[in-house]
Amino acid sequence: MAEVNLRKVVKRYDDVEAVRGIDLDIADHEFVVLVGPSGCGKSTTLRMIAGLEDISDGDISIGGDVVNDVPPKDRDIAMVFQNYALYPHMTVAENMSFGLRLKHYPKAEIKSRVAEAARMLDIADLVDRKPKQLSGGQRQRVAMGRAIVRNPKVFLFDEPLSNLDAKLRVQMRIEIKKVHQKVRTTTVYVTHDQVEAMTLADRVVVMNKGRIEQIGTPNELYHNPATRFVAGFIGSPAMNFVPCRLEEAEGRLHLRLTDRISFPLPPARAARYQSVSRNEPLQLGIRPEHITETKPHAEPGIEPFEALLEVTEPMGMETLVYFTLNETPVCGRVSPNAGARDGSPLRMAMDLNNMHLLNETTGLVI
Amino acid sequence: MVDAAIGEDSVVRPRRAAGRKGLRHALKRKSTVAFLLTLPLILLITLLVVYPAIYSVHLATLNKSMQRFVGFGNFEFLSKRDTFWLVVKQSCIFAITAVVFKALIGFIVAHFVHNIPAKGQRKWRGMLLVPWVIPPAMSTLAWLWLFDPSYSAFNYTLAFFGIGPIPWTGDAGWARFSVILVNIWYGAPFFMIMYLASLKSVPDQLYEAAAIDGANWWQRIWYVTLPMMRNIIAITTLFSLIVTFANFDIVRILTAGGPLDKTHIFATWAFRVGIEGSDIPLGASVSLFMVPILAVAAIFILRDVNKRGNES
Amino acid sequence: MSTLTVDKAGPTRNVKYGSMSRDRAWALRWSYFFLTLFAIFSLVPPLYMLITSLKGSAEISAATNPWWVFHPTLENYVGLLTSNQFQRFFFNSAMVSIVVVIITMLISIPAAFALSRMKFWGSATLATGVFLTYLIPDSLLFIPLFKMFALIGDVTGIQLINRWYVLLFIYPTLTVPFCTWIMIGYFASIPKELDEAAIIDGASWLQTLTRIFIPVALPGLIAATIFAFTVSWAQFLYPLVFTTSADQLVLPVGIVTTLIKGDVFNWGQIMTGALLGAAPPLIIYAFLMDYYIAGLTAGATKG
Repeated sequence: MAEVNLRKVVKRYDDVEAVRGIDLDIADHEFVVLVGPSGCGKSTTLRMIAGLEDISDGDISIGGDVVNDVPPKDRDIAMVFQNYALYPHMTVAENMSFGLRLKHYPKAEIKSRVAEAARMLDIADLVDRKPKQLSGGQRQRVAMGRAIVRNPKVFLFDEPLSNLDAKLRVQMRIEIKKVHQKVRTTTVYVTHDQVEAMTLADRVVVMNKGRIEQIGTPNELYHNPATRFVAGFIGSPAMNFVPCRLEEAEGRLHLRLTDRISFPLPPARAARYQSVSRNEPLQLGIRPEHITETKPHAEPGIEPFEALLEVTEPMGMETLVYFTLNETPVCGRVSPNAGARDGSPLRMAMDLNNMHLLNETTGLVI
Repeated sequence: MVDAAIGEDSVVRPRRAAGRKGLRHALKRKSTVAFLLTLPLILLITLLVVYPAIYSVHLATLNKSMQRFVGFGNFEFLSKRDTFWLVVKQSCIFAITAVVFKALIGFIVAHFVHNIPAKGQRKWRGMLLVPWVIPPAMSTLAWLWLFDPSYSAFNYTLAFFGIGPIPWTGDAGWARFSVILVNIWYGAPFFMIMYLASLKSVPDQLYEAAAIDGANWWQRIWYVTLPMMRNIIAITTLFSLIVTFANFDIVRILTAGGPLDKTHIFATWAFRVGIEGSDIPLGASVSLFMVPILAVAAIFILRDVNKRGNES
Repeated sequence: MSTLTVDKAGPTRNVKYGSMSRDRAWALRWSYFFLTLFAIFSLVPPLYMLITSLKGSAEISAATNPWWVFHPTLENYVGLLTSNQFQRFFFNSAMVSIVVVIITMLISIPAAFALSRMKFWGSATLATGVFLTYLIPDSLLFIPLFKMFALIGDVTGIQLINRWYVLLFIYPTLTVPFCTWIMIGYFASIPKELDEAAIIDGASWLQTLTRIFIPVALPGLIAATIFAFTVSWAQFLYPLVFTTSADQLVLPVGIVTTLIKGDVFNWGQIMTGALLGAAPPLIIYAFLMDYYIAGLTAGATKG
């Protein structure tokens, strides 16, 4: 068991910087998920921790020791790959025990460890099969079992669920969480799926273009994104961004969206945005669940407006509606009985208590 | 945690500097390992392929006793000999005719095999590939016996139709025909197997789409099969061209170049002159004449193989 | 390496296109007709070997129907198999082929591993070079090689010409390039994650090669082995050039040079010898046909 520390870690391929100076501290027992679009450097970072890529600059330490020049096998880590990377010519048990056999563990101990891991992952009756005879989910379990039997300091997962179908993915997600609760090994998990990141992580690290955008618990990232990238990346359907301005009217701070639509800001928000210069181009960030049909009782900060719905998507427990606001496509979520229909107008309401205001040029949340 | 990391920083620095160097060593080690693993291969290629090839050029510039440098003397001598030009002509006729027929027969047979139900294909393919499996020196002996001047089994059979006896290896024209026939017999299965593999990789939907578009069988071959197989046809043909052009076994055993040098090709004549006639420089010069044609074919093969590699 | 599964490709076009099914029935009949013709063409020489090998010399010289055996006898087989000389040929051939296979694998496998997995300076050029070497035919190199080995004998006193083991140096030039080439293809098709998993599991380069790569690429290895063996067994030009004494000859050269003597062609024995010489490749082919064909078709593809 150990903590993992990354200090100004850089990865250069010829002239391209894939990872541009990452600082990250992962505590013992922690489950950290690196998430971001493809090419953001998350996998490279993981592979540097594993020792599969060398580090161009900076330091990586595991359990307090710098491991920059330690070969993978001496880093005491285990890794689960996207395509499972099971040895096709070995049985499940042989796959799981390969690392231990290379290290010349006593036979009895290998046997008991494999049996223990197989029981934990519910694959005890598959141990004599070859990977070819297993389903995707079972292969995934074996790959995890191979990591568990090693009893390493750190687990590394490289997009382990992306080859599974949607249903199995949910199931395996829960499985991974259960395993982590049992073995409590420090885990670094890479994925491009923000749902996976949110559901699994103690802390999520959002990466973009080789840099860390934000580190935080899933709830922090969802409710208090620091940048436009994080705000747009976390949450599905994604947050809406609408160009807007602040203006003073009737002695109150107003949010101007279009010539016709302008909302007074609730007092808490108004106080927060007081210092923002008026007429500066800004963006309103608001999640679809905060654009709903109007409620019978007016509530403070919830402002009504008229929208012409272009497309509606009934989802069962809710209906997603799409319309245009200030020449920007916007998505809202209304109740299925709100009477939303393609091409018809609907009276909507925007909950400004949950709004975000972003600086258009820097992309930072104000 | 941050505090701890900063506290460690001062300790870490010197170790890191040392580590960089270690890493460079490790990288060096990896390429050293790679070099050592390929060393036997490199040695083999340099000592037993590249060096002899260069040595062959050197040999070609010496006189028969290999004591005097004669420059292009051997080549000049060859260019004045009728036998040499006969060999050039025969090599080209032999290679081109044989390859064309191998390619055609291979293509046709592959189609027939592909046409029949899948479960019978294995058996037929197994039989049709037998000529390629038997060492050519051994199978040519059987052909020699089939072509025997007095006991020819072919002539025995043809006599029932009032034909023959045909001087299979005795007459210049027939001898050339026989040599080419045996080569086609030996080489066509290779084309068949290559085409068959390639035919199987053409998706059925393409044929179905073509059938729906109203294409007849000939149009399906012309517009679907051939374009899909173009690359494999090119590679196989060039490949076979090299092997056929450089063939030795069949001509050597069947006719030994006769009658009157009328079936000699480069390899057999080089053997006759260089080894049997003990004129090593002249023999080397004869084989070197194969190089231009082989080189052209090799360049095209390499281009196609790389193209295939990039596609997959 | 999809080539190995070629024959198992089940779905051929047995689809019925409505009114075209009658045409297809005719096409099928024609297919069988021509396939039968081609199969006869293919099998006549080996069958004729078998027929002749079962005839006594009296029957051969009597010029009875050559396609039929009236008095089958095994005297040719007994004669050859008990002849010391023929046993010697067979032993030389087997020895050369087996040792060449071992040498080939010892050179090809590590080289293919390095070329497919470790990018190093000049590795791409070397891979291309290997392929080009494979295209160089024996008939281009036999004269300089012969002179080279003769010179080695003159200079060092180590006489290699006219010794069967000189072929152990020569044959690898034919087998190694091709085997390396197809092994590069097989190794390259192994997913990169597999060796990374092995590295993390603590395997060294050597352990990755022996415990992961070789077992996983076993079909390719078998195909390469078959190729190396059959090429060595069938090679005719090099032993003809390099060996002359009867006790140093390999089977193909032995049969051609010693059984065809003077005017008396002992065709019964020659055909028996040819059949016995063809037997090892044919037996391998019969039992390992899929691997044989995989090796055959792999040459023209890059991985």
